[in-house]
This record gives sequence, C-alpha cells and structure tokens, in this order.
Amino acid sequence: MATHEITVTVNGTPHRAEVESRLLLVHFIRDELRLTGTHIGCDTTHCGACTVLLDGEPVKSCTLLAVQADGGSITTVEGLARDGTLHPIQEGFWQEHGLQCGYCTPGMMMTSHALLQRNPQPSEEEIRRAISGNLCRCTGYVNIVKAVQYAAEKMAQPVTTQGL
Amino acid sequence: MIPPRFDYEAPATLEEAIGLLQRHGDQAKVLSGGQSLLPLLKLRLSSVGMLVDLGHIPGLSYIEEEGGFLRIGGATRECELERSELIRTRYPLLTDTTLVIADPLVRNRATVGGNLAHADPANDHPATMLALGAEIVARGPKGKRTIPIDQFFRGPFETALEPDEILIEIRIPTPPARSGGSYLKLERKVGDYATVAVAAQVMLDAGGSIQAARIGLTSVAETPVRAEKAEAFLRGKRTAANILAEAGRLAAEAASPTADWKGSVEYKRDMVRVLTTRALAKAIERAGGK
Repeated sequence: MATHEITVTVNGTPHRAEVESRLLLVHFIRDELRLTGTHIGCDTTHCGACTVLLDGEPVKSCTLLAVQADGGSITTVEGLARDGTLHPIQEGFWQEHGLQCGYCTPGMMMTSHALLQRNPQPSEEEIRRAISGNLCRCTGYVNIVKAVQYAAEKMAQPVTTQGL
Repeated sequence: MIPPRFDYEAPATLEEAIGLLQRHGDQAKVLSGGQSLLPLLKLRLSSVGMLVDLGHIPGLSYIEEEGGFLRIGGATRECELERSELIRTRYPLLTDTTLVIADPLVRNRATVGGNLAHADPANDHPATMLALGAEIVARGPKGKRTIPIDQFFRGPFETALEPDEILIEIRIPTPPARSGGSYLKLERKVGDYATVAVAAQVMLDAGGSIQAARIGLTSVAETPVRAEKAEAFLRGKRTAANILAEAGRLAAEAASPTADWKGSVEYKRDMVRVLTTRALAKAIERAGGK
C-alpha cells in the first residue's frame, strides 16, 4: 500500500502525517485531524459542502487527494473565529439568518470568505456567481447573499469602531 | 466514496514525469487538476496503477502572447484564464467558455490542458479550441511535437497523445483584426455538462463580410466536431440574418447527437441550429461587424 509523508498547515497549525495515496483531503481533515466542521454532502464534486481554502482559494476537498495538499496551507471553518469572537462572515450568517439546516454553511462561509478577500465590496451578482458551486436546499440563497453583504460592510469598517 | 488503491508520484520535472509514464505504461495516468479524474476514480468508473501528479512541476502555468500565438501552459487553471485581462479583452471566446465550465470552486483546480486531454465529448474547451484553430504541444521521451487540434480528438476520452506524452501547451494563432468569437452552452443548471454547446470564431473583411468562420460543437458526437459545411457556406457572405440562419441549419446537419435524459436527437439538433445562429451573431458583434 502506497503511503506518503505529508506536511500541511491547517488553520495555522502544521501537521505531519503518513497518508495513503487515495486518501481524500476531506477525510484527512475530518477523520485524521477530527475537524468535523467541514461537511461531506454529495461526495461527487457538485454541492460544495466540503469547501476549504487551499492556499487561500476555495476548493472542494472531496475532489482533492490529501497528498496533493502536501506543503500547502489549509483553512477550514474552524479557522474563522478568533479568540472566541466570530468572524464577520460567521456573524453575518447568524444575524441575517443565512442558514436553516446548516449543512451547506461551512462551505458557504469559506467560499464567501475567499470572495471578500479578493473582492471586498462584491455586487449581489458577484456574490451569487461566487457561491454558484455551493448548493443550499433550504434558504433560496436570499439570506445567504444578505449575510455576505453584512460581512462585507462589517469588514469595511475601520478597525477602531469594530466591537463598539 | 473512496477511490480504489493506486500509487502516486509528484515529480518535480517533466523529464521525471515522462520517465514515470514510460515505466508504468498503461498503468499510469497523468493527474492535473483532477476535477474529472478524481470523480471517475471515486465512482470506480476508472482505475489506475500510478497517478503522476503534474502539480509540483514548475513552469506549466502561463498565459502569454508570443510570435503570433497565444500560449497557454497545459496546467493553467480555469480561474487563471477567467481572471486574465489579456484573455478577456482579446479572446472573449475563451472567457465565455471558462465561465460555463462547472463552477468557480472546480475552476480553482481544473486545468485547460486537463479539459482537453481528458477528451470528454461533453467538455467545453475542445469545441472552443476547434473554433480557434489551436495546436496542442505534447512532450514525450523523444521531445516535443505539435498536434493540430483537428487531429487531436480520436474518440470519446481518446486523443492523439501517446501514453508517455504530456500535454504541455496550447497554442492559439493570434486572431487578426476584425475577429470575434462566442461560446454558447445549453445546460440544465449551473455547472452541468452541456446538452449542446457551440463555439464560433469569425473574421470579417474590411467591408464587413465574413472572411472566415470556424464553428465547433460540444456534446453532439463521439468527439467534438467542426461544422465544416456551415463554415464553407459563410465564407465571403454578408452578415445578414438569413445567412446566419442558414449557417445554423447547416451546423445542425453536422451534429449526430444521441437521445438521453437531456433531450431527443431532434431537440439537440435543433438547439445546435439555434445556438449556432446566436453564437455567430455574437461573434460578429464582437468582431465589430453588424
């Protein structure tokens, strides 16, 4: 059985592991690292529930081998909050009720996070286009778009007024 | 879903990658973005002994114009094509195409070279490259060779690449002035494979008539095909609506689709007619014509 030693940084923490060639990144994250915030939805590259950031870009972790991520930096939904404070993206989904069952939410937030890094003030169309690889079966997307807009506004505020 | 067992290597150079392909023969398979191959392995529709990952080989990702060609590195990702100012302004047909391939997350991994080498007749770049008259640059143990796109697709999932060759570059002749292109795809939902799709590239003469046109069709045969009769008909013609309508009719004749849950043969053929007419009109508009 072919195994490989890999080093990946996940949410800022370096991990070394011996992985089988065929191990999918999502299984590495969930089963080996026990970070179960990343969900497995369709498992067929459609739904985006498993979205994580690889070197800052959102990718479907069910369609990537763990060994392909060797040397890379991964951010999962667990990496969003800092010191017990929700990330503006998380706050947006909470405030704007951007979820119902919550299954797609981690993936939605990772994709939205990457969008706002690249484009801090996206239009509604740009938001909808960006999340077109993340499927939600509850909300109809309206509140998800609002949640991303909330986060964009919040992140645009000067740092000094945040938390007031 | 868990893929069947395989071995994996991530060579640092093309020479090593080609060496691995030679050593492992038909057991080896090249892994680029993996957005088609990994789903196939997970569904166990395919198996492989040795995956040779191109992901750690530097210098395979670039978009540049040089010597009368647009050169796209084989491992250039779709998202890079999408973000490229050069592509957006000079090759709208390519931007049209990349924007309808799967979804933005997939496009962050999927590569242009992979889309072509995988040779799924429902993939989008093949028809586009037929319309653009591209060439494929392959590298194997004996060095580099160039394959005209018209000779590249041999059958479903089958190309002119030898088992020990790697697609390293796509070369597209720089379109002359008064050129334009368009890709129109009929899909049931965002990110779906095409029910049918049409790529059109036209070049107008100084008087605004069609000097040359190339039309590629997606998902209507065992390989991507050109609508050659329609192309020949358009040569030297005015850009009038009845001319484009006739070209659409001729393009539909070039399609030999099969019936499936996306539509009947008649429906798909008729959609080729409709999309060809529309894609030509858009391409002409982009070429500055009327």
